Amino acid sequence: MVTKTKAEIMDEDRIRRTIIRIAHEVIERNRGVKDLVLVGIRRRGVPLAERIGRGIQEIEGERVPIGILDITLYRDDLTTIGPQPMVQQTKIPVDITGKTIVLVDDVLYTGRTVRAALDALMDLGRPKKILLAVLIDRGHRELPIRADFVGRNVPTSKREIVHVKLKEIDGEDRVIIEETNRLFNQPYN
Amino acid sequence: MGLNRKDVLGLQELTAEEIQLILDTAVPMKDILSREIKKVPTLRGKVVATLFYEPSTRTRMSFELAAKYMGADTMSLAVATSSVQKGESFRDTAQTIESMGVDTVILRHSVSGSAQYLAKIVKASVINGGDGTREHPTQALLDMFTIREKRGSFAGMKVVILGDILHSRVARSNIWGLTKMGAEVRVVGPPTLMPPEIDKLGVKVYYQAEDALEGADVINVLRLQLERQQKGLFPTVREYHQLYGLTPARLKLARPDALVLHPGPMNRGVEIAPEVADSPQSTIVEQVANGVAIRMALLYLLMEGGSSSEGIS
Amino acid sequence: MKVLVKGGRVIDPANGLDLVADVLIDQGKIAAIIPDGQSQADAAGGADKNPSAEVTVIEATGKLIVPGLIDMHVHLREPGFERKETIASGTRAAARGGFTSVVCMPNTQPVADNRAVIEFIINQARSTGVVNVYPIGAITKGSRGEELSEMADLAAGGAIAFSDDGRPVMNAQIMRLALEYAKIGDWLIIPHCEDLNLSAEGQMNEGYWAMLLGLKGIPAVAEEAMIARDLMLAEMTGSRLHIAHVSTAGSVQLIREAKKRGIRVSAEVTPHHLVLTDEAVASFSTSTKVNPPLRSEKDRLALLEGLADGTIEVIATDHAPHTLEEKDCEYNYAPFGISGLETAVPLVWSELIEKKVISLEKLIACLTVNPARILGLAKGSLGIGEEADLTIIDPEMEQIVRVDDFVSQGKNSPFDGWQLKGWPVATIVKGRVVMKNGQV
Repeated sequence: MVTKTKAEIMDEDRIRRTIIRIAHEVIERNRGVKDLVLVGIRRRGVPLAERIGRGIQEIEGERVPIGILDITLYRDDLTTIGPQPMVQQTKIPVDITGKTIVLVDDVLYTGRTVRAALDALMDLGRPKKILLAVLIDRGHRELPIRADFVGRNVPTSKREIVHVKLKEIDGEDRVIIEETNRLFNQPYN
Repeated sequence: MGLNRKDVLGLQELTAEEIQLILDTAVPMKDILSREIKKVPTLRGKVVATLFYEPSTRTRMSFELAAKYMGADTMSLAVATSSVQKGESFRDTAQTIESMGVDTVILRHSVSGSAQYLAKIVKASVINGGDGTREHPTQALLDMFTIREKRGSFAGMKVVILGDILHSRVARSNIWGLTKMGAEVRVVGPPTLMPPEIDKLGVKVYYQAEDALEGADVINVLRLQLERQQKGLFPTVREYHQLYGLTPARLKLARPDALVLHPGPMNRGVEIAPEVADSPQSTIVEQVANGVAIRMALLYLLMEGGSSSEGIS
Repeated sequence: MKVLVKGGRVIDPANGLDLVADVLIDQGKIAAIIPDGQSQADAAGGADKNPSAEVTVIEATGKLIVPGLIDMHVHLREPGFERKETIASGTRAAARGGFTSVVCMPNTQPVADNRAVIEFIINQARSTGVVNVYPIGAITKGSRGEELSEMADLAAGGAIAFSDDGRPVMNAQIMRLALEYAKIGDWLIIPHCEDLNLSAEGQMNEGYWAMLLGLKGIPAVAEEAMIARDLMLAEMTGSRLHIAHVSTAGSVQLIREAKKRGIRVSAEVTPHHLVLTDEAVASFSTSTKVNPPLRSEKDRLALLEGLADGTIEVIATDHAPHTLEEKDCEYNYAPFGISGLETAVPLVWSELIEKKVISLEKLIACLTVNPARILGLAKGSLGIGEEADLTIIDPEMEQIVRVDDFVSQGKNSPFDGWQLKGWPVATIVKGRVVMKNGQV
């Protein structure tokens, strides 16, 4: 597979401002932070959830519980991919039953990751409500799923990969689009 | 990631990296055991069969639970209730099971090498649930998981395996696994229950329990099969206990925080004193839960995968 | 009817021959050995004098012409175990393997512990066999090791030696009695040396690999202790002993020392013990399960040395065919035995000649004149006037062993798929070609 960087669609500043905006929107939608739990989907949803959490704390002066969700065991493609992805721990510090959960991920594409995340959450308890926050929505949904909070809508072709880079994992903050020479699913992070 | 192999027949064939991966994968699996809903859909539509030619309630239950928690369906064939007793050949039984669409077979058999034999016959994955006196990989993995959970790593750990080494598949698998992970393994037991040339596996051989226990971090006490005495391999159970039973006094020779493992079922008062079995140093109860987690991890890691490495989003 | 075997290298250790020559066979007997260079007319000389007689010519240029090979340790399984092998199939396997004579063990069903069974085997061989068959009688009734069989009657019926092979004579007193009783006809006793208490439930050689594989070991001393006992009894009685399937370094040493002391003992080794070690069991293939078991590399090297220094003077296959079903099972449940007749020659050629362990003459002696002398058979030589049993070996021929090609019913060979060199290409029994180019 050949890939080449096509465009940078977000830089560090823009990511920062976007996260602050999402933090505001979450508070607004929830009318505060009561019963709110942020849950990042491994891997890049996790630092994003932490950043949104910090944003909320700056605005409201209150810490929101932040959880980590590993959706590997709920993926619908385990028997077609190989070798198996590494399973890691799911860590949610509170009982999610009755809570408003904001699922956080970097890119929303087919919707399959979110489907898996919803199933995983349901096995952990019965939340009052689940909302979805993503940094990038690149379209091409294969399931009836939409995001409640979107950093940026980016129309893409299926030949493109949206690559979100975050300091905590990649050492830098930027979002780029790469073009490949074949149809490619957004890589599972 | 993933075990790039069809079967898990022993720790002899696994690399340190593969063992590490299994232990790491068992960590999130163990979390599932403490949830209210102890089930993930990962192996939905898969069938795991337990084929047991030797009675073993706990290993079979552990595998069946692991399979069910992972979302698989299970079926079990035990020798006492099957056509095996009517003299059906191993191959015929294996092929019958496979033709029922089984994806993974767990085999327990009294003959060493039977797991290899089965793996050659069937296309399904085979997990060795204990073959003869050769290997019992999942037991060793759960022992290792228990040690790592309590101690963090294996490097430099002094692990004593105490008892009937000759007839113990648990001992052999533990030796393979622990030495690969950098532990110092000591084996101790009566010379008549010590296989010749076992030192070539990189273990230290002792015949005096006291010498072996000195400064130990972990003591893995093996079950003594009482029928060995009938074959004259040691004089009496009484003398065995006197020489090799893990008593509170002997336990004091080990490090104060030494772990005591036992694969079960225990002969209390024979290889292990009740006070030791029930002491805070004993991990015997936890080992059982860890066994389910390890088996879940293996079932997951042996899941059949395709050739693509693409993901979803 | 005449047969002319042309242009091969004739090796006949019994007569000290090693030359390129033609061998002329007439009326089933060796008529002449005509060295290379003498005229064709001379070679077929007999034909000129008797124009009506046909001469079959077998081209053997570049090949070895040796006395018909003798395997003094086979299991033909008939009567009783005809699903494993019959005299018909076993002798065909022998012919395909280059053997013109086989000596069969008495552990049939019923055991060859009475004259009727011996005579049955001889008659059956005459009517269905394609090579010479010499039966061995049981030392004890039922080979149970308790009471002597009617050894004299067995000998009168055609038994050429005595053995309880497959089982040891555990009781030393019974073995002593057998050796003493054998003095009646200076009969040969062939013990299967194994202390059953030491070997009980054993599946393979005791040692590193048994430890690793979790299989119960058969210690070397199970064989050696019994050999030591039998050597002492042979020394005491002065009777003749031939130790079957020697497999350990300690056994070789015991026999070497016994020979120095003048004990009347000979010994044999199998091709599989010369080629394989217990490491082969790691595959858990039941074709590696054999008794005595495949031993360590140290033992294997000692066997080669014993062969080289003459301590061991016979190579015998211990051909032990079993059915596919019997061997297709868990290791412990499989019977012991390797189907050996059809791989023996290329195995020893590849292991002993290609690797220069022993001389060609010595190898041929181990397969011909040595077993003949030990058994008192007028075989194993190309002397003029002797029965024309010949084997032609192509030293350059290389091919892959395929058990599916075996004519033996026993496909239980650990050498399936091995590429081997030095194959028998023709077997001639009493002047009759019973195998040519692998076809029987």
